[in-house]
Amino acid sequence: MPSTDVLIVGCGLVGGTLACLLASHGVRVVVIDASPPPERLDPALDGRWSALAEGSRILLDRAGLWPALEPSSQAITDIRVCDAFSPLVLDFGGIGALGHMVENRSVRVALADRLATLAAATVRAPARLSTLERGPYRVTATLDDGERVDAALVVGADGRGSQVRALAGIGTRARAYDQTAIVQTIAHEESHDGLAVELFLPGGPFATLPLPGNHSLIVWSERAALVPGLLAADPAVYQAELAQRVGEFLGDITPVGRPQAFPLALHLAHRLADTRLALVGDAGHGMHPVAGQGFNFGLRDVAALAELLIDAHRLGQDPGAPALTEAYSAWRRPDTALMLALTDGLVRLFSNTHPVLTRARRLGLASVNRLAPLKDLLTTHARGTQALGRLPRLMRP
Amino acid sequence: MTSSSPSTASPAELAKFSAMADAWWDPEGKFKPLHKFNPLRIAYISDHMAAHFGRSLDVERPFEGLRLLDIGCGGGLVSEPLARLGFEVIGIDAAERNIGTARVHAERSGVPVTYRQATPEDLVREGQVFDAVLTLEVVEHVADVDLFLESIGTLVRPGGAVVAATLNRTLKSLALAKYAAEYVLRWLPRGTHDWRKFMKPSELTTGLRRAGLETRDVAGMTWNPLLDEWSKTQDVSMNYILFAVRAA
Repeated sequence: MPSTDVLIVGCGLVGGTLACLLASHGVRVVVIDASPPPERLDPALDGRWSALAEGSRILLDRAGLWPALEPSSQAITDIRVCDAFSPLVLDFGGIGALGHMVENRSVRVALADRLATLAAATVRAPARLSTLERGPYRVTATLDDGERVDAALVVGADGRGSQVRALAGIGTRARAYDQTAIVQTIAHEESHDGLAVELFLPGGPFATLPLPGNHSLIVWSERAALVPGLLAADPAVYQAELAQRVGEFLGDITPVGRPQAFPLALHLAHRLADTRLALVGDAGHGMHPVAGQGFNFGLRDVAALAELLIDAHRLGQDPGAPALTEAYSAWRRPDTALMLALTDGLVRLFSNTHPVLTRARRLGLASVNRLAPLKDLLTTHARGTQALGRLPRLMRP
Repeated sequence: MTSSSPSTASPAELAKFSAMADAWWDPEGKFKPLHKFNPLRIAYISDHMAAHFGRSLDVERPFEGLRLLDIGCGGGLVSEPLARLGFEVIGIDAAERNIGTARVHAERSGVPVTYRQATPEDLVREGQVFDAVLTLEVVEHVADVDLFLESIGTLVRPGGAVVAATLNRTLKSLALAKYAAEYVLRWLPRGTHDWRKFMKPSELTTGLRRAGLETRDVAGMTWNPLLDEWSKTQDVSMNYILFAVRAA
């Protein structure tokens, strides 16, 4: 038999969660990651946080990760969406936790700890793929240290610049937004009370997300050309620009640590599956952070693929059979294309000052707030407990 | 566990078996009905075996250490998955070409299964004993049912388990399993089945009891023509599957 059932390339948030889910159901996995564990767990390297929708939290709980994450997480209990030029707001409060903010580094620590307890999981890091051969009956990979791994299926969980995707010759469609996201932690005077605010500005959406204590995370999408100037500006000027956008609800604000900048782009792999291969997370698709869906959407891939693989394992089926990879692709492809189109549409709708569009979106926000059923629908999507397509079993409450 | 190799076969035979293995294992090929039907049978087997032998299905090899005989293994569509689930599987079939086909496929997919061209009676003579015995879609083809069931009773150890699946002898099965499947839908070659040899569940359970095997569960397997899907039901008027145990 192949030396393992599934070879997962990339032990980040998406690949690591998949490994935990599979191994805890007896599916054998080998996970390789290019960065060595100490570097991956270095607190100085990654001050990033992710907004976890409720469905994603359920999935991390099923993967045995949530108990370790909960203490350092922050619940989002209210979301307000506002348009810069209008007093009208869309308010999602009053229904319990809409999501949680978790620190990426905490997730990585929890993943490493959990994987170490699972007998069916083997982690190899640092290790890179040298070659990848996919035949009708198995996948054979060689690692840069010369070791050979035989698997029934290879999963590319290796991010936007996926090596697995490249080695498989799967192209992507990509379009850069003329926007860069500035990610900045701030400390503030007043409590945020679990409130997340998304403000649509002409330069791009500006989100303030609650972190534990009197801290919040700013995700500021801005016209790309303005960003280098902002980051090079006098700290007082930068802080004033931030404060003006955050508004007054948090009292005085102070940036904590350095801002990080990420150019924004949309990309979609031509195929999410191929012979004995599946792509999950950013290896398959990337979207604008406007809806806070990137990470959650990657976890939706994980939940779907894990469900198919666990079912196949319980029936003694070949985990890399064409029936399985085709089912994965048929499940995720339409959902992905629709989500990319939705986030793309939101960005285009809001990131401009055309008077007709400005009026239309104000009316839109206001009427959504008045129409209870439509708001409920949007809320369940924000919570991630319902899908456009079939919601994976592992994400259901 | 040893993996049988078709090393005694000639290159010409290997080529023939290879083509047949591709045919047997192609989910869209001529054995498509069997592929559609197969997950349901395996789920029934693994669920009942897990409960009976006290095993969890959420581990790497749930049935590690248990020896299973698959009578009438065909191309290995049941033997291979059960070997993946950890059983030490011996698949037997009366037809040499089935054994060659199954061997070639197991070799290629790297799943250890021992395949032999043999009858249950051959194994009885060798004094072989198993923790579990399967007879799926076989009993309706055997010449001497009483002898066949007696052999199964001898081959399974006390405390062991048997899963049997076959077709009921009803007017519905005559119309659908015989005429529709062979003549209309062309799922099966004409002459595959002799309806008079189909057994009612009561006849099969009585025969099993005589062989020392107590039936614990009987379920119907029903095809939904609109969805082209099989599901487990209470309706045993066509295909049915049962779980029986030999007293410890």
